[in-house]
Amino acid sequence: MAKLTFLTDLCKGCGLCVDACPKGCLAIATEKINKKGYSPAEMVAEDKCIGCAFCATMCPDCIITVEK
Amino acid sequence: MAVVFQKPKSLADVPLHYCPGCPHGIIHRLVAEAIDELGIEGKTIGVAPVGCAVMAYDYFTVDMIEAAHGRAPATATGIKRSRPENIVFTYQGDGDLASIGMAETVHAAARNENITIIFVNNAIYGMTGGQMAPTSLPGQVTQTSPYGRDVNHCGWPIKVSEMLATLEGPEYITRVAVNNVKNVLAAKKAIKKAFQNQIEGKGFSLVEVVSACPTNWGMTPQQALKWVETDMLPYYPTGVYKDRTAAKEAQE
Amino acid sequence: MAQKVLMKGNEAIAEAAIRAGCRHYFGYPITPQTEIAAYMAKKMPKIGGVFLQAESEIASINMVYGAAAAGVRVMTSSSSPGISLKSEGLSYIAGSDVPALVVNVQRGGPGLGGIQPSQSDYFQATKGGGHGDYRMIVLAPASVQEMASLTMKGFDLADKYLMTSMILADGTIGQMMEPISFEDAEVNTYEKPWALTGTNCQRKHNVVNSLYLKADELEAKNIERYERYAIVEENEPMWEEYMMEDAEYCVVAYGIASRVAKNAVVAARAEGIKVGLIRPITLWPFPKKALLAAADKVKSFVCVELSMGQMIEDVRLYTECKKPVSLCSRCGGMIPSPEEVLEAIRKAQKGEN
Repeated sequence: MAKLTFLTDLCKGCGLCVDACPKGCLAIATEKINKKGYSPAEMVAEDKCIGCAFCATMCPDCIITVEK
Repeated sequence: MAVVFQKPKSLADVPLHYCPGCPHGIIHRLVAEAIDELGIEGKTIGVAPVGCAVMAYDYFTVDMIEAAHGRAPATATGIKRSRPENIVFTYQGDGDLASIGMAETVHAAARNENITIIFVNNAIYGMTGGQMAPTSLPGQVTQTSPYGRDVNHCGWPIKVSEMLATLEGPEYITRVAVNNVKNVLAAKKAIKKAFQNQIEGKGFSLVEVVSACPTNWGMTPQQALKWVETDMLPYYPTGVYKDRTAAKEAQE
Repeated sequence: MAQKVLMKGNEAIAEAAIRAGCRHYFGYPITPQTEIAAYMAKKMPKIGGVFLQAESEIASINMVYGAAAAGVRVMTSSSSPGISLKSEGLSYIAGSDVPALVVNVQRGGPGLGGIQPSQSDYFQATKGGGHGDYRMIVLAPASVQEMASLTMKGFDLADKYLMTSMILADGTIGQMMEPISFEDAEVNTYEKPWALTGTNCQRKHNVVNSLYLKADELEAKNIERYERYAIVEENEPMWEEYMMEDAEYCVVAYGIASRVAKNAVVAARAEGIKVGLIRPITLWPFPKKALLAAADKVKSFVCVELSMGQMIEDVRLYTECKKPVSLCSRCGGMIPSPEEVLEAIRKAQKGEN
């Protein structure tokens, strides 16, 4: 069981976290837009998340906090 | 539940201006993590370059100075020689460090100046809009090499780590990459060691970080990281090019 | 009376700097100022200071920039072509509002020029050299004694106004030997809360920087800087007046040229010509008031300098062109003789200028 918190408004939607996730938990939102005008990354399969923090490791904007 | 990953303290709480997917943010974070983990936030002084990282002075919570283009190692020398008890690092790109600032780089290395240099090699001038860098690959298309870098016309890319490793002076020269999780973790280790060396008074430590520039390479962030693997790393292999202490210990 | 020691001009600068508390010197070899570096190389290691020969003038001025930002008294020295190389750094130092002392022992130019004394860097020193809106305090010694005292003063002014002080000397005074005393000049220390010392996790980080991407911020920064410069212009001009009380003609000269000019003034007085001398000691801030006051008194001016005529533009400007100004100059390393200057004074008297 792990918990990810995103500073969604700082996300630039680059998708590097999505690619880094070994479990396919993340996706770029298709219908949401953040304050900066980007479609942000979001959790789509929380139950699969193992808290490995690969996503946060690759996030260039340091917007992900991982708890486990 | 415990926090297993969060923004390091030494990375300021401000949005980074970098393009989406630009690894500068990753490398900034690694530097800040190293500073935090070594407990040197209060005595570190950073030197920002001219280039995309020009505003790095806003991104680190430590004391910062903005250097003239290429002169960061000289500016860092002035600071370190004035305040040897402080920890001084520069953060420079390939145009800054390997073109206009080559003399400052080589001589700081030759002096074994007790500073830490984070050298981001993404084979292009990012801030000015994608011109050919001293590290642009043969054949690489840029704004100023629109038909691909012709080595017969404008010469070969410079392998900074290999070159500096030939000098007697420097303590530690290594090349890392930030194109995947494994490499990012290795980069973190190298950066931390480069700071640790300074704390121990060992001298000049330079970490060349092979990075990407999705915007000016004309790629998505994912394609750019792939290109690092397929094109950059074969030309710029990762590895430790010089580690005086390790070499000495191996001899003994 | 203070004890006198016989010193070379360049060495006097170095010794004065040490006495002013400077413990950091970064330089690159160039004639005719190498004695400064040699002196520092010998002395600094013995007193816990730093002498470092940089790989270039560019590197050395950027080391100065770093050390200045770290809050220590720091200097570099060079000669004309080297100052051109340092000009980039001078602009950054000005744009970042940190204090430094830079010595220019001038030689002839342009280009590689020559190694003989010259005053042809007046424009570069007083009007810029580097890019952008900025000023430096420019001090022009005319004796070995002044090489020392103006160096000490220069450090003080730099710290006080967060500017570069430039000692604008020339090869002659640099090489000249004269007895001097290091009078107990006050050495002031200044608080530097802006300096890079490490936050010690006790304060917000200090940033030393000259980049302002927002136009209104950059403008405000420049305006603020010029308000400071205005105070310097009000408070700090220095000059010497010689035989000006009843003068009908005024010679204007600084540095080595003023020494020649002084002899010529004495000779002209012997011929009955009422001539005096104004010697600017600060070239920036220029002694405007002295020149303007003289313009209301004298019939004409003779500007003596070792260039094709650079300071003469300021003499005309600050006398508001009220009186004619003639030029008596040599350049390229040549120095006008007292006779040449005397002849120029005679011409001025005849109204031939």
